[in-house]
Amino acid sequence: MAEAVAGSGIGASVRRKEDLRFITGRGRYTDDISMPGQVHAVFLRSPHARARIVSIDTAEAAAVPGVLAVLTGRDMAADGLGDLPCGWLVKQSDGSDMVAAPHPPLAHGVVNYVGEPYGLVVAEDLATAWRAAELVVAEFEERPAVVDPALAMESEAIHEGVARNLAYEWVLGDQSATETALAGAAHVTRLDLVNNRLIPNAMEPRAALGVHDPGTGEHVLYTTSQNPHLERLVLSAFVGVAPEHKLRVVAPDVGGGFGSKIPVYAEETAVLWAARRVGRPVKWKAERSESFLADAHGRDHVTHAELGLDEHGRFVALEVHTTANLGAYLSLFGSSVPTYLYGTLMAGQYKTPNIFVKVHGVYTNTAPVDAYRGAGRPEATYVVERIVEAAARELGRDPADLRRQNLIRPEDFPYETPVALVYDTGNYEASLDKALALIDYGGFPERKAEAARRGKRRGIGFACYIEACGLAPSKLAIQLGAGVGLYESGEIRVNPTGNVTVFTGSHSHGQGHETTFAQVVAERFGIGIDDVEVVHGDTGRVEFGLGTYGSRSLAVGGSALVRAADKVVEKGRRIAAHMLEADLADVEFADGRFTVRDSNQSLSFGEVAFAAYVPANYPEDLEPGLSEKAFYDPENFTFPAGTHIAEVEVDEETGVVELVDFVAVDDFGKVINPMIVHGQIHGGVAQGVGQALHERGLYDEYGQLQTGSYMDYCIPRADDLPDFRVDTTVTPCTHNPLGVKGCGEAGAIGAPAAVMNAVTDALGVADLPMPATAEKVWRALRG
Amino acid sequence: MYPFEYHRPRALEEARALFHQAEDGIYLAGGQTLIPTMKQRLAAPSDVVDLAGVPGLTGLAVEDGTLRVGALSRHAEVAAHPDVKRALPVLAHLASCIGDPQVRNRGTLGGSVANSDPAADYPAALVALGATVHTDSRSIAAEDYFKDLFETALEPGEIITRIDFPRPLRAAYRKFPHPASRYAVVGVLVAEFDGGLRVGITGAGPCAFRGTALEEALADGLDPAALDGVEVPDAGFNSDLFASAEYRAHLVKVMAKRAVQDLLVQPR
Amino acid sequence: MKLSLTVNGTPHELEVSADALLVEVIREHLGLTGTHVGCDTSQCGACTVHLDGRAVKSCTVLAGQAEGAEVVTIEGIGSGDELHPMQAAFREHHALQCGFCTPGMIMAAIDLVERSDGLDRRTVREGLEGNLCRCTGYHNIVDAVLAAAPVMTGGADHG
Repeated sequence: MAEAVAGSGIGASVRRKEDLRFITGRGRYTDDISMPGQVHAVFLRSPHARARIVSIDTAEAAAVPGVLAVLTGRDMAADGLGDLPCGWLVKQSDGSDMVAAPHPPLAHGVVNYVGEPYGLVVAEDLATAWRAAELVVAEFEERPAVVDPALAMESEAIHEGVARNLAYEWVLGDQSATETALAGAAHVTRLDLVNNRLIPNAMEPRAALGVHDPGTGEHVLYTTSQNPHLERLVLSAFVGVAPEHKLRVVAPDVGGGFGSKIPVYAEETAVLWAARRVGRPVKWKAERSESFLADAHGRDHVTHAELGLDEHGRFVALEVHTTANLGAYLSLFGSSVPTYLYGTLMAGQYKTPNIFVKVHGVYTNTAPVDAYRGAGRPEATYVVERIVEAAARELGRDPADLRRQNLIRPEDFPYETPVALVYDTGNYEASLDKALALIDYGGFPERKAEAARRGKRRGIGFACYIEACGLAPSKLAIQLGAGVGLYESGEIRVNPTGNVTVFTGSHSHGQGHETTFAQVVAERFGIGIDDVEVVHGDTGRVEFGLGTYGSRSLAVGGSALVRAADKVVEKGRRIAAHMLEADLADVEFADGRFTVRDSNQSLSFGEVAFAAYVPANYPEDLEPGLSEKAFYDPENFTFPAGTHIAEVEVDEETGVVELVDFVAVDDFGKVINPMIVHGQIHGGVAQGVGQALHERGLYDEYGQLQTGSYMDYCIPRADDLPDFRVDTTVTPCTHNPLGVKGCGEAGAIGAPAAVMNAVTDALGVADLPMPATAEKVWRALRG
Repeated sequence: MYPFEYHRPRALEEARALFHQAEDGIYLAGGQTLIPTMKQRLAAPSDVVDLAGVPGLTGLAVEDGTLRVGALSRHAEVAAHPDVKRALPVLAHLASCIGDPQVRNRGTLGGSVANSDPAADYPAALVALGATVHTDSRSIAAEDYFKDLFETALEPGEIITRIDFPRPLRAAYRKFPHPASRYAVVGVLVAEFDGGLRVGITGAGPCAFRGTALEEALADGLDPAALDGVEVPDAGFNSDLFASAEYRAHLVKVMAKRAVQDLLVQPR
Repeated sequence: MKLSLTVNGTPHELEVSADALLVEVIREHLGLTGTHVGCDTSQCGACTVHLDGRAVKSCTVLAGQAEGAEVVTIEGIGSGDELHPMQAAFREHHALQCGFCTPGMIMAAIDLVERSDGLDRRTVREGLEGNLCRCTGYHNIVDAVLAAAPVMTGGADHG
């Protein structure tokens, strides 16, 4: 791995501070935390995709020795707890609000997907809870399930008052201009695509431990969350489990999220409520099979797209119609994923002048769908990059050349797309060129011929993706329906001895904040990174925050810390000016020292910190202490972009697809820690490859999940993947103080399209639905 | 898991007695299938009788052209044992294809054969090599042993003690693993004996079986191309999300061809 | 039932239920929470420990099967403050992100190195097929294992 910068500052591949606890088994995940007197919860889950609950008899279960309570959705409603909200109100094409069906944390009256919780058993130990749960007798009256999103609008309504199972019809862009341009196009490429449902599968299953102190009235919830403050806000303001000032939410070490730990779920709501009811701490940890059933799923689109090109190959119009499966209920951000995070990305890297997107968000009797790594942007990239590839093949154009011809050029920035975004900066051709060189594009025909001699069909596929990260600004997002702001908080407490505690409202569940953020702060103050401790994930320690999703942590959370650091330096300069008897204007701060310009007088960062807390020689008009905070609200999204190229080989006899090479060249703006950035790409690509080749969340016609364990749902193993070759290009983000863009999702965004373009290239077919599993490919080979 | 009693007998007789005294007893060998099944609450034995402490169920020996493998031999042991690698390398290779390293460090030959999962690897070897299953009361020829889905010739309480594998001149095993579970979607073992060729197939049907049509096609000479025209009927074959019966039938041929190719490059 | 076993060099006499799993003994009775549970079908490998010197999935071993055994967990592989070479290599090569699969991955990797000669990238990938990681894409894990292998086999205490 190339290391551009030595030491521990910005640009250096600093080894991670957090690793020491993880490699020695001292990580502290939710299930590792136990409280005295703790009892255990097991959830009662619907065996049916759609049914009316006729009756629930809990008597026998409640009588089992060791059982403290058997609670149902009706009990929860009777206690006055509210529904789980959807945090983004999407406006429909006719201007009306989307139709949000009520989403009680614990179902009562009806159940709407297999695995939906309708109650819980709390017992002294887990085995007793399970035994008792099996003694609960629930009678259901089954109704026909609505499973296929393509048929949902013609099916019986799942929710009362939701006609055609339609949560919303959402449009973006100019329909008539787009259709006129398509009608006049020299060539129109049409493609029907399915974006397969995925089940996120963070390796740590969700867990929650609810604690209630009747003495103080304080509730503490330890849970697997990417956004503990948001969790607290939802549980207090909407669900009403406890008021915000009496509720502390702790997301300790969290074993991966990928979006699936953004939503506020039934289980953590219920254990907190149950803890108060039974007067004991209540713990729940998902078994993996529960994760499959009841974690928010991702993707699940059915799309028809048309791309018009003029006689020179210039894109003139793109029209996209998508039906997005939202599942049985609108999850926390489920409504925004196939709309504002999807339709807005349809320009991709191209100067397509006319774009129109229409999305039908539909309810089905399946698990709720929400953000999963990339969230909307992989789906958009899949549409754009698959149809561009298809157009190139139909026209006999080199797919790299056709892309190059249509790219937004560096001189076009800022570039306003026809779908509501303004790209601030980029150099798409630079990453395309670098990727082509890395893969040795010119050598592909030779590699293909060599593979053919081994009975393998080799294919190459491109994805020139764009993503929008660090959703912003708050004002615009709220106008568009967001229920929360999209700023981030940062606080820097300089301790009297000169070391620093940093508090961030974003959350690390693998991303390495404790290192990257420390690098940013340490460099600003000229101190060692071991003198910087980054605290996150605890509403009791961090003032506020919106958490980690959408590759926002560094661009938004890191920028907040820069602003807070600026304030620390400003106050430090005033203290130093006083101590050095100099004019404030003459005091400069660099490399950890406050120096009077054109003199040899200076004070170290630590000396000034000490003076701030032991203010003997101190400005009279200044408060003691050296602790500052900032809220940073970005003025725009950031727009990472890049080119991913995949090469696959298909075994002609078996249909097995092997990914043999993968190149990713990404522009993330400035890079703080290249090692961590490369790791994010590796992991994102692996998930994208999983979507393309292995993973599919599949329900049968009755709404039973067919891929509900690792026996059937294949997440890639080490031997399913090649080494990845990654590199970067840099155009710094123009509007945040670090010049960074975000890197967490790019791999998952680019890889599916790149891999499927390679697979379809190898097979010589227009499309193959993901995942490209062996039999499917074998059948395609047979024609 | 449902609660159960755990027993660790020190003798075969004691193990049998515990089994028969139990309301719903089950023997435990390596546990790599049984324990996950119990964890998912798909099995609820009242008593688990662990055979690990029973003497005489371990050990490997080559005698009179036969490899004798104790029932409690772990997959990793079979895969790495120098005697197996020398006397019956195809069995070492097959064992190295089972599950994953941790599973191979625990799972046993006897446990796998007693369970008779349709997608287990060992049954292909038993059938193709004409192995003999020795139990605490009798000997059963492999072809009489596998009856149906998870159904064998074992009587309730009967314990596999050893399996004897005749040594072929040459043999090769090809497995098409399920990408998620790593069980065999199809596994084919082709073995060449003095008296002719035997093909054992696992994964495709409810239990392992001889590929007689493939054997006949190869009777006139070991030529992979001879398999091209063979019809592998898929009637009764397994069919699931990952592989239809038709595709499995196709894979049987492909894996058989590849096994023959592997076999041909081996010295006799 | 009574259970005697040695964990990380310390002998223990415990009273456990007959249906306890080894991972429950490790996590709940002994409080060694570095060993994780990530699935219920014995596939993810997050619970991997060494049982009498071999990597096993401790979620798929009954407590009774570990009677008299020597168990080593992630907490037991370093010596004092010194990291095991595999631990050091995981950090050096950024072979972990969220850290949840990491203890199991490290325990599997140590066993792999101890039982293999001449590992290369392909054989390391195959040798880790019993462990799932959702964060790293495995690339850096392969780097780490290949970097640790010569250190482990070159050291006097290993091999």
